[in-house]
Amino acid sequence: MVEETLVLFKNIRKPEYSKTLEGYKKAGGFQTLKKVFGMKPEKVIQTVKDSGIRGRGGAGFPTGLKWSFMQKGSSKPSYLIANADESEPGTCKDRELMLKDPHLFLEGMMIGCYAVGCHHGYIYIRGEYFPAIKSLNTAIEELYADGLLGQDPMGSDFHLDLTVHSGAGAYICGEESALLDSLEGKRGQPRVKPPFPAISGFNGCPTSVNNVETLAYMPFILGDGGVDAFKSFGPENNSGTHLVSLSGHINNPGVYELRMDVSMRDIIYEIGGGIRNGKKLKGVIPGGSSSSVMTADEVDVLYNFDELANIDTMLGSSAMMVFDEDTDVVKLLLRITKFYAHESCGQCTPCREGTHWSRNIIRDFLKGNGSDEKLKRLDRVGGNMLGTTLCALGDAAALPIQSFVKKFPNDFRKYYAKK
Amino acid sequence: MNILKTRIKLFSKEIQNQVNELLSRYPIKQNALIPILLLAQKENDGWLTEEWMKHVADCCEVPLTQVEGVVTFYTMFRLKPPGKYHLQVCTCVPCCLLGGTELLEYTEKKLKTHAGYTTADGLFSIEEMECLGACSYAPAIIVNEDYHEQVTPEKMEKLINNLSK
Ligand SMILES: Cc1cc2nc3c(=O)[nH]c(=O)nc-3n(C[C@H](O)[C@H](O)[C@H](O)COP(=O)(O)O)c2cc1C
Ligand code: SF4
Ligand code: FES
Repeated sequence: MVEETLVLFKNIRKPEYSKTLEGYKKAGGFQTLKKVFGMKPEKVIQTVKDSGIRGRGGAGFPTGLKWSFMQKGSSKPSYLIANADESEPGTCKDRELMLKDPHLFLEGMMIGCYAVGCHHGYIYIRGEYFPAIKSLNTAIEELYADGLLGQDPMGSDFHLDLTVHSGAGAYICGEESALLDSLEGKRGQPRVKPPFPAISGFNGCPTSVNNVETLAYMPFILGDGGVDAFKSFGPENNSGTHLVSLSGHINNPGVYELRMDVSMRDIIYEIGGGIRNGKKLKGVIPGGSSSSVMTADEVDVLYNFDELANIDTMLGSSAMMVFDEDTDVVKLLLRITKFYAHESCGQCTPCREGTHWSRNIIRDFLKGNGSDEKLKRLDRVGGNMLGTTLCALGDAAALPIQSFVKKFPNDFRKYYAKK
Repeated sequence: MNILKTRIKLFSKEIQNQVNELLSRYPIKQNALIPILLLAQKENDGWLTEEWMKHVADCCEVPLTQVEGVVTFYTMFRLKPPGKYHLQVCTCVPCCLLGGTELLEYTEKKLKTHAGYTTADGLFSIEEMECLGACSYAPAIIVNEDYHEQVTPEKMEKLINNLSK
């Protein structure tokens, strides 16, 4: 029987847990930060590297490595920004942490700030997350009142401020360079890279952008025995637990904390309780709407970064969207493509035009104007977006299109074969 | 001088304090632009006028054109008044799988208006939303600042009836 492994949800899963600073401290909170203040920042970064943790925001980049890129000895201040934009369709895990155990994430963020030498960290949170914004602000007020934020917390020589910064509705601001422009007070449009944020980020200063969930693991990883335990939760190169957002036609939707050596079949049928109304599984979008779709007979793989990359899709933000045999995948793809057409920032021609063209072609199918030629064209429009744009939104729009056409061609043909 | 006076009146003393607090949290004033615009919009019953945008531009020491660029880029800024209750219905992927589209249609029919519009009595406005980050509890909606989850047409009807009282 597959069960949750609780690192981040350890407190949340206790019904009696009170999400106050007092409750968090009672549960052992801020012990790790205290320990970390006695370590050199380089040692903290080395420990994070040793844990093998990869970012949980979507790209899976090793966090320790990212921190080690931060320019040292710069005359400019360094920044750490928590990415709480969480706008990838299917993803609702960071919200859970921020609403139900905000101090855990904040302790993790404070550890990160110490590691990269940041004295004012910002939490860039999507504007619609009003309840989470409130929850974070309340927790931060508590930390200031307790002396954990501000000047010399716990007798350390370190000083730190944290500020919650609300976005205003734009998916693209989850992309880290667009996020930085937005944080600066501009339209959120991805920047040309290099320079990478570690060299020139927020207001031109060295900056690290890290996902909320990624930061929330820090109190565990830097705690006693954390590195070894963390590595034991998954195969080599896929260490740790991850928060899985399970949605769609499933009996028990929800956010679950799982090891990285659990199979997708077990997640769907054991954790998720199988498909609703006794229906059969048709497919899964495995890692947020930007990932390539999988068919029902592909789910016997471990749900982690490398196994999904091996079958040409991705873990992304660990958001599994499950759909049953009655689902019209052409309509589903239309909805996905509408999303990208709406969210393209318009800087690159292949993305700006391609998302609209593909949406129009899919509409043609639904109107009964499909053809073999159009199916090929749809695939080609997707192909022309891949790797030709400034940021990964172009790829994110192309991958669903190409994979739906490849995996479910008959569902498209059904629309014009009838005639 | 006159213009300056009307602009000063826009922010109440309490809000001006909040604005100053926001400005103090950033290395440069421009960085506070979006949070201050959101505050201004809340002050002005959920939408922004040219007057307000000018005022915020002054606070953040940026040109008005930059403020206009920002306001038109982000979906949460509005240039016309929303209803007293702004119903934001998600129809994105997981919500779409579980009836979000039908929920939106139901809401439009029930209120006899369309997404993007406000009812004649000014009570309700509807907006079709992309993912709200509540996908495991789909379909999700936001009413002003509150989330409602696993919303069915029956729940929506009750909600609307209660708010209409
Ligand atoms: C279009 C697009 C949207 C993204 N949205 C998010 C998001 O909502 N949250 C997030 O943490 N990362 C998002 N990312 C990834 C970020 O650019 C960045 O890689 C991440 O925040 C780094 O944190 P991590 O290393 O902890 O994963 C997005 C990337 C792209 C290309
Ligand atoms: S790929 Fe799309 S979203 Fe990304 S920068 Fe280009 S136009 Fe903007
Ligand atoms: S798709 Fe509706 S909340 Fe995510």
